[in-house]
Amino acid sequence: MPDSSRPGQGRKIFLDCEINGRALTLEAYPMARLLDVLREQAGLTGTKEGCGEGECGACAVEFNGLLVNSCLVPALQAASAKIRTIEGIAGGNPLQHGHPLGERLDAVQQAFLAHGGAQCGICTPGMILAAVNLLARNPHPSESEIREGLAGNLCRCTGYTKIFESVLAACRTTEFPSEPQR
Amino acid sequence: MRSYVPAYEMETPRDLSDALERLAQEPGVWKPFAGGTDLMVLLEAGKLPHRRFLNVSEFSELRGIEIMPEYVTLGALTTYTEIRRSEVLAREFPLLCRAAAETGSVATQNRGTLGGNIANASPAADSPPALLVYDAELELVSVSGARWVAYQGFWTGYKQIGLRADELIRAIRLPRGMRSWSHYYRKVGTRRAQAISKVCFAAAARMDAGRVADVRVALGSVAPMVLRAVETEKILRDRKLTRENLRAAQDVLAREIAPIDDMRSTARYRGRIAQNLLAEFCATLPA
Repeated sequence: MPDSSRPGQGRKIFLDCEINGRALTLEAYPMARLLDVLREQAGLTGTKEGCGEGECGACAVEFNGLLVNSCLVPALQAASAKIRTIEGIAGGNPLQHGHPLGERLDAVQQAFLAHGGAQCGICTPGMILAAVNLLARNPHPSESEIREGLAGNLCRCTGYTKIFESVLAACRTTEFPSEPQR
Repeated sequence: MRSYVPAYEMETPRDLSDALERLAQEPGVWKPFAGGTDLMVLLEAGKLPHRRFLNVSEFSELRGIEIMPEYVTLGALTTYTEIRRSEVLAREFPLLCRAAAETGSVATQNRGTLGGNIANASPAADSPPALLVYDAELELVSVSGARWVAYQGFWTGYKQIGLRADELIRAIRLPRGMRSWSHYYRKVGTRRAQAISKVCFAAAARMDAGRVADVRVALGSVAPMVLRAVETEKILRDRKLTRENLRAAQDVLAREIAPIDDMRSTARYRGRIAQNLLAEFCATLPA
């Protein structure tokens, strides 16, 4: 039986998970934040840290198909999980064309480019994850469903109007919403 | 300041009975960890006192919504997203669905659990007022068996509940039969989305020939714990909803709650809003 009086001294664990369709084994402390594991162990720095307390959505990723804030997920719980980050969004559907900067970008990414949905860029990966996840669940959201789907993502630059318009445009332009990774 | 992560341990027990054994062998040492939407925030703020956690998030015994003739039973790991999607809850327990929809963002609702919300025991939580209105009961399990307790009276003080260190919340059950009642829920915060409440108000009433045949009122963020306003209910029950009776009920409500000044609001504002919400609730009831 472990001695309960000693100060806790966790050991790193190995985690097998799937990130953006690739099987990976990561080494991390069990309570390390998935956000840090993604950025520092997997080298996927597209996922941003904003508030670090689940309020701002900058660190949003798909976790077994569900949108989550990766700052609130301990590494241990990522064992066997399928995770999709912003790096895994583009190239999902070769039928989506239309923007000179990247014909394999997702419709949401193309709409953000076309409608000025990104400014400083810190909130953008989380916004795009939230929008892509929303459209996968609900390909034809109402305006209020779009607003609710993005309510967990804070932006300090755009005033939200251009982000909202980008997502609205993505709904209109795509017949092929990207599928959630299960 | 952020906590020193290597100082924290978390393990996934083999199964539920293994988890209960661990809780029993070292009471208070291991703390159950579900969706992490409260505990990880404390970790980030350097305010997480426990050092050792048992990851219970995978146990199937703690999952699912079961519909029986007398009760709807929710596994403790039921998330807010699952609550929002449940047709039986939307039909019979709409206050719980409203509370789930008002809890954080989509990302929080995908991870946060009803059992975790109960165990965290915040007086500002959104779902406890709804659970109190519906006379929720909790199933607590340990190596020595299971027991059902009423959620009302389960709180013992600020962030304190009657859960023993060797116990785990397995399920929450709601007695059916309130479909014909009028249900009312309103959360008042700094803004409409993603705010922790200044006052959270849940209530339901059954009217009969212009009288309040039965009524239940519960409030969050106005006392050290979420409370049922039983004295206020007594004033309303078996009476007509006259202006005088409402005024009397508002006066009793003001004495029954104990709001404070804090970073989110003031005692004076909370007291006034609680009374106003009682009036708004009564105004929604059929004459």
